[in-house]
Amino acid sequence: MVKESDVLHIAELADIGISSSELGKFTEQFNAILEYFDILDTLEVTGPLERPLVNIFREDEVTPCISQEDALRNSHNPEDGYIRAPKVV
Amino acid sequence: MADEEYIVVIGLEVHCQLDTSSKLFCGCSADFRADAPNTHVCPVCLGLPGALPVLNKKAIEYALKVAKALNCKIPQEAEFCRKNYFYPDLVKAYQITMGDNPLALGGYIEIEDDAGNPKVVNLTRIHVEEDPGRLIHMGNKERGHYTLVDYNRSGIPLIEMVTEPELCSPKEARRLLNKLRATLEYLDVFDPDKEGSIRVDANISIKGHERVEIKNISSYKGVEKALTFEITRQKNLIRRGGSIARETRHFQEGKGTTTSARSKETATDYRYFPEPDLPVIRVSDWMDNIVLPELPDARRDRFMNQYGIAVNHARTLTGDLHLAEFYELIAPVGSQIAASWIADILIGELNYRDMPLSKIISHAGQFKDLLVLVRDQQITDKAGIDVLRVWLDSLSGTGSPETPGQIVARLGLTRESGESFRGIVEKILTNNPQAIADHKAGKKGALNFIVGQVMKETKGKSDPREIHAMISEILGE
Amino acid sequence: MNDKYNAYLNTTEIPGTGSGILAGIRVSIKDNISTKDIETTCASKILKGYIPPYDAHAVTLLKNAGASIAGKTNMDEFGMGSTTENSAFGPALNPHDTTRVTGGSSGGSAAAVAGGLVSMALGSDTGGSIRCPAAWCGIVGLKPSYGRVSRFGLIAYANSFEQIGPLAANVRDVAKLFSVIAGHDKKDSTSVSKPYDGKVIPDIRGKTIGIPREYFGEGVDRDVAAKVREAITKLEELGAAAVEVSLPSMKYALPAYYVTCTCEASSNLDRFDGVRYGPEPEMNLPWHDAYTKVREAGFGQEVKRRILLGTFALSAGYYGKYYVKAQHARQLIAKDFASALKTCDFLAGPTMPNVAPKIGELTSDPLLMYQADILTVPVNIAGIPAISVPCGTAHGMPVGLQLMGRMFGEESLLNAALAFEEAV
Ligand SMILES: [Zn+2]
Repeated sequence: MVKESDVLHIAELADIGISSSELGKFTEQFNAILEYFDILDTLEVTGPLERPLVNIFREDEVTPCISQEDALRNSHNPEDGYIRAPKVV
Repeated sequence: MADEEYIVVIGLEVHCQLDTSSKLFCGCSADFRADAPNTHVCPVCLGLPGALPVLNKKAIEYALKVAKALNCKIPQEAEFCRKNYFYPDLVKAYQITMGDNPLALGGYIEIEDDAGNPKVVNLTRIHVEEDPGRLIHMGNKERGHYTLVDYNRSGIPLIEMVTEPELCSPKEARRLLNKLRATLEYLDVFDPDKEGSIRVDANISIKGHERVEIKNISSYKGVEKALTFEITRQKNLIRRGGSIARETRHFQEGKGTTTSARSKETATDYRYFPEPDLPVIRVSDWMDNIVLPELPDARRDRFMNQYGIAVNHARTLTGDLHLAEFYELIAPVGSQIAASWIADILIGELNYRDMPLSKIISHAGQFKDLLVLVRDQQITDKAGIDVLRVWLDSLSGTGSPETPGQIVARLGLTRESGESFRGIVEKILTNNPQAIADHKAGKKGALNFIVGQVMKETKGKSDPREIHAMISEILGE
Repeated sequence: MNDKYNAYLNTTEIPGTGSGILAGIRVSIKDNISTKDIETTCASKILKGYIPPYDAHAVTLLKNAGASIAGKTNMDEFGMGSTTENSAFGPALNPHDTTRVTGGSSGGSAAAVAGGLVSMALGSDTGGSIRCPAAWCGIVGLKPSYGRVSRFGLIAYANSFEQIGPLAANVRDVAKLFSVIAGHDKKDSTSVSKPYDGKVIPDIRGKTIGIPREYFGEGVDRDVAAKVREAITKLEELGAAAVEVSLPSMKYALPAYYVTCTCEASSNLDRFDGVRYGPEPEMNLPWHDAYTKVREAGFGQEVKRRILLGTFALSAGYYGKYYVKAQHARQLIAKDFASALKTCDFLAGPTMPNVAPKIGELTSDPLLMYQADILTVPVNIAGIPAISVPCGTAHGMPVGLQLMGRMFGEESLLNAALAFEEAV
């Protein structure tokens, strides 16, 4: 049973703000959805997973980068070529 | 409680950048240090929506080389995972790394303990992961509290080597790092001279107490400093009856201290799961084809056998690949004189000048000439050191370039025979009756003062042994 | 262009160049496929204004084939939905009845084709997102085998399920567009080297068609089921043999799908923090707080719901119960399909259990909406190709016949679909 406090904790982990009305609704929906998922837990885990592809590599070759202009194009108020981000200290 | 009852337990997580040409998952050049910010990026390493990673084969080859050199086992299958957390340097909000299925397991490194005895430190695992970008400006009141980020480093391949908690002192930790660095350098997969190419997280605890993690120490000296500080801090806390909190701390390189990270930063649930954009890798059978070069320990043993030099010289000379190669270039002059001049004199002079060995490698011939002058007693050891200093200064750009021969000629340092200094010796003996009296009274070393005075007066052109003999003769002994 | 179905988010026209096989053909592109210098939003406020500096591999191939690009199509935000009502920019409308949904998530692509605005469009299919709107809008849509089309540039929702694929009014056009986009791309590590030559011929005679019992079970509309049964009879008339088969692991399909796709999505969508693209975060706030606000305002309800579900399923203590089990369930389902497709050349059933619902009908209950995907999701889990072709109407709305083929068996799948299309 998922509680509102669990949903709040998850929202914090996911860096997503949710309103109090969303909180109640999500909690209720999650319980219904997770109950629906419960059938998975009846499965025995047997043997390793099959791998259709293994060992996909590229050679260590340098290819062109995008321009600094393109790299900064969608960011906000870049400064001297650096991208601006929220504070960390 | 007596100090020896505090048993220190240290484990390290060492991250080294692998010296590939391109990044781990894209073709952007990894040689970014001299370039403008955000110019070594593409949709992949900038984490643009829709971009996909493709694994650089060389990074895996390099990591396997390290795994073989460190005696690891390679599981049948390794798998990249996503480690999910938010931070402005992390473009995708996850780091592609390895979780439950790393590239290599086990392995060990041999070092010496603090008593000089051989010690085996076991490894837990080795894995490959991508480096995040770099925060440049951390914000301040004047410019605002925002952060500035350069993503050129984003996606540089890293190898993470995790030791078991088996180290017992900061000095051991330092030796382990030195050994690792040398090994990776010998393997030609790592360039220790690149800024920030090695970063260390350390776990440290005092036996019977909680463990503390110190994050992101970015220099060899820093590791020793941070651990030393942390041991003192923890001991003091215990002594005062406090308890150690299980926590993550940051090392403040400038102050040499550690500070507690805020709990919100550390209470992260990383939500590891397999990276769906990268198929698994099965490379255990590559190990047989990896040919390892001679590694530091083997080279040390060879130096002792081939050149007949002492173990401490051999260890110092082989502790750095370029130093070992330099020694082998110089050794034909005389393996002993080369060993002692490089290990005992040159390294100190370079460190004093903060000068990398690379600056003199291309001038090895001139260094050889200098040692020939010393070996053939054309100049004295003392004069040799003076010449070395002037020569290093000239190479480091503070003076005009000069060969050792030119320096000797300009400063008139050619060794002269003792007889030409007889007048000076007599004068100094006359001026220092007390020293002679002390000597005659049997005080050991009293004559050394006289010899020193003569050396000074003759600007090092005299040979101390010869002067000693002359003094004895004058004093009628 | 008169976009009366809200099919487009952006109608910039890029004329084609060269004389490739798509020369003179206008193609629309779902807005989760990156287009250089053209805004690409995934129908989300969080990508409003985002201009990719690169083309998706499939877009490069379209351009090289001479296609002109006729705009970016509406969709459920980030592909999360089965109706295109989860678009931040309003639902796309079904050209057969504009009070009904198109299906989704590639609803804009389907509406553009069904409404005659273009002859072909690219969509993407994670759990039915091409086949569902193709069925509900009465057109043809192909979900390729996993790996046959490069995902490079496709903005990821659930990486291990999704493929870019073609939608068009008929099988020949689907085959033509597919021949352009199929093939290996070294920029996608899950891409395989299986090009398609585009040579489609009607061919169904002598094939065995498996009819999975589970595709006509509870929840499938009686009239829809009847239409599809009729279609299967038609296939038999054309020389195919129909046999009943069973896929016992189908009961795990929806949970395994939704666990995996929400887990992958939660991780994929964490990068939308406003720093490198998207709405500007408040730079003077601590990063978690700044991101939390950007993401609260930028994501719609369904996207938030799936990110939170995925975050929960991956969190400490639940990973083993949900994600790990889901991967083993996938393997079981894939094995069911593989064994059915050993004896059968194709499997057939309805694409969707119902016809297109009225706008607003499905959105109130997420679980009800997830259950609408029950017949499309298994194919994404198994990685196999599937095509939806129109097979008449029920309740006055189009019904789609779903043909599912062997891994990388698009050639014979398209041939069978063409045989059916030409016969009706
Ligand atoms: Zn790159």
